[in-house]
Amino acid sequence: MSNYFQEEIETASREKIVEIQNEKIVKQVKHVYENVAYYRNLMDKQGVKPEDIKSIDDIKKLPFLTKADLRDAYPYGLLGTDLKDCVRIQSTSGTTGRRVVAFYTQHDIDLWEECCARAIVAAGGTNEDVVQVCYGYGLFTGGPGLNGGSHKVGSLTLPMSSGNTERQIQFMMDLQSTILCCTPSYAAFIGESLAEKGYKPEDNKLKAGIFGAEPWTEEMRKSIEKSLGIKAYDIYGLTETSGPGVAFECEEQTGMHINEDHFYAEIINPDTGEVLPEGEKGELVFTSLDKEAFPLLRYRTRDICVLSRKKCSCGRTHVKMTKPMGRSDDMMIIRGVNVFPSQIETVLLNEGYAPNYQILVDRKNNTDTLDVNVELLPEQMSDKVSDIEAMEKKLEGAMRTMLGIGPKIHLVPPKSITRSEGKAVRVIDKRKLV
Amino acid sequence: MAIKQLSVFMENKQGQLSGAVKKIAEAGIDIRALSIGEAQDFGILRLIVSDTNKAKAVLGEDTLCKTNDVIAVKMDDNAGALCKVLSVFDAEQIDVEYSYAFTSRDLGAYVVFRVADVAKGEKVLLENGVTLVCKDDI
Repeated sequence: MSNYFQEEIETASREKIVEIQNEKIVKQVKHVYENVAYYRNLMDKQGVKPEDIKSIDDIKKLPFLTKADLRDAYPYGLLGTDLKDCVRIQSTSGTTGRRVVAFYTQHDIDLWEECCARAIVAAGGTNEDVVQVCYGYGLFTGGPGLNGGSHKVGSLTLPMSSGNTERQIQFMMDLQSTILCCTPSYAAFIGESLAEKGYKPEDNKLKAGIFGAEPWTEEMRKSIEKSLGIKAYDIYGLTETSGPGVAFECEEQTGMHINEDHFYAEIINPDTGEVLPEGEKGELVFTSLDKEAFPLLRYRTRDICVLSRKKCSCGRTHVKMTKPMGRSDDMMIIRGVNVFPSQIETVLLNEGYAPNYQILVDRKNNTDTLDVNVELLPEQMSDKVSDIEAMEKKLEGAMRTMLGIGPKIHLVPPKSITRSEGKAVRVIDKRKLV
Repeated sequence: MAIKQLSVFMENKQGQLSGAVKKIAEAGIDIRALSIGEAQDFGILRLIVSDTNKAKAVLGEDTLCKTNDVIAVKMDDNAGALCKVLSVFDAEQIDVEYSYAFTSRDLGAYVVFRVADVAKGEKVLLENGVTLVCKDDI
């Protein structure tokens, strides 16, 4: 079986891709202008008419959409079709108090699931595989997206949803799952649980994992690959554009191919909105080129990353994005310094700790404080207070080198930090900035 | 000869110490000696108990524990007894990492010493006529 789900488009020439994008953007802008009053107003305010968009290069002329727009337009303001043409909604967790509800026509579901199918095939999936999906099902896009993708590939799909690790392991062993789909923190947790039960990495039949929906590091990838005996592939997406599968990793593991025939990516300077050339780091902006029900144009993701068109050994020609280096939302400004949780995680893994931590930010006497609780591993225990204190000092030093500011490290017993089986709560910011 | 000490990591939170001690009590394990090394936000509870392995088991997997050897010395009940023991360590340049004293009905007074090289510590003490407490005494 070929390594591609849709070989012709996944390996199309640059010219062919641009041709598709040119054709789709003209149609899409017309569709949005005619059907989405909210965006029509934005375009009118900016003095742009659909006729001004003649090719994909003209996309620069269009206004941006932000999360604030999605909130303002909630729930139907950005709908591009009649409700009777919609067959599904999905929604974000709304943990920041800004729930997003996205609508899908059957056409939108199909293209989303095809994107997920491309990701599964790129991870080695075929109709002979057993795909265990333990992303949450329901409003969260993770479960339904990979579930649909797995169906399109023709794999046997285990719709496990998240949680109930005992049952996950039982199905994994009894039904010999070969591909695991979940958040990277849950994959790490399953790895730990398997080891606790005395299973070795070679005892399972898994060959690959498709992990996304939260930030993870190269070090975390290595540790998951080792504990499960698999190759771990990254997948990227957001509810606003569809869900997982907007971009996915191939066997080269050097970035994620963006499905450019459906999603046009730009990198902008987050402060000025200026489009940056390939290779520069900035905020990722997506345009849905052919979604009908929720057709966002120039949606600012808040994810910071870099795009690259360097030739890929896998044969795919679609542009690659780096793993997001942080989210503007996740970014903490502590004593004037930008701090990303992923940096803290990298230090922990480099220093031989498990990536089980919690960041506490507060403000005392008008100064920001940064405290990090880190779980000790059983073999790190000492009977001497001075040993533990020295470990804390060493970790503080390594953190200071990486972050530019020194956090206070508190070593805590294993499993004392509450772990969710979905997205891990990594940061507690108690600052009240009046 | 050396005796086993069980160290338990404690977060500096209410109920940590009582929680651990309760589990040990409920299992019918006797605490023969105890000390706590304290830092700003954690402490290390060090115990000499009647059954170290059982104590470790009842504390549970999620309790961070470590077992290691320490030297327990039987003290003569007179002035200068501790001084004599320490002078042996000094003479042999053996550093004491920490130490704690205890009394018991059966053994009288004894002092627990944590040194880097337990075997060497025991050897020099025995050579100098110091009485050690052994596992069976506990």
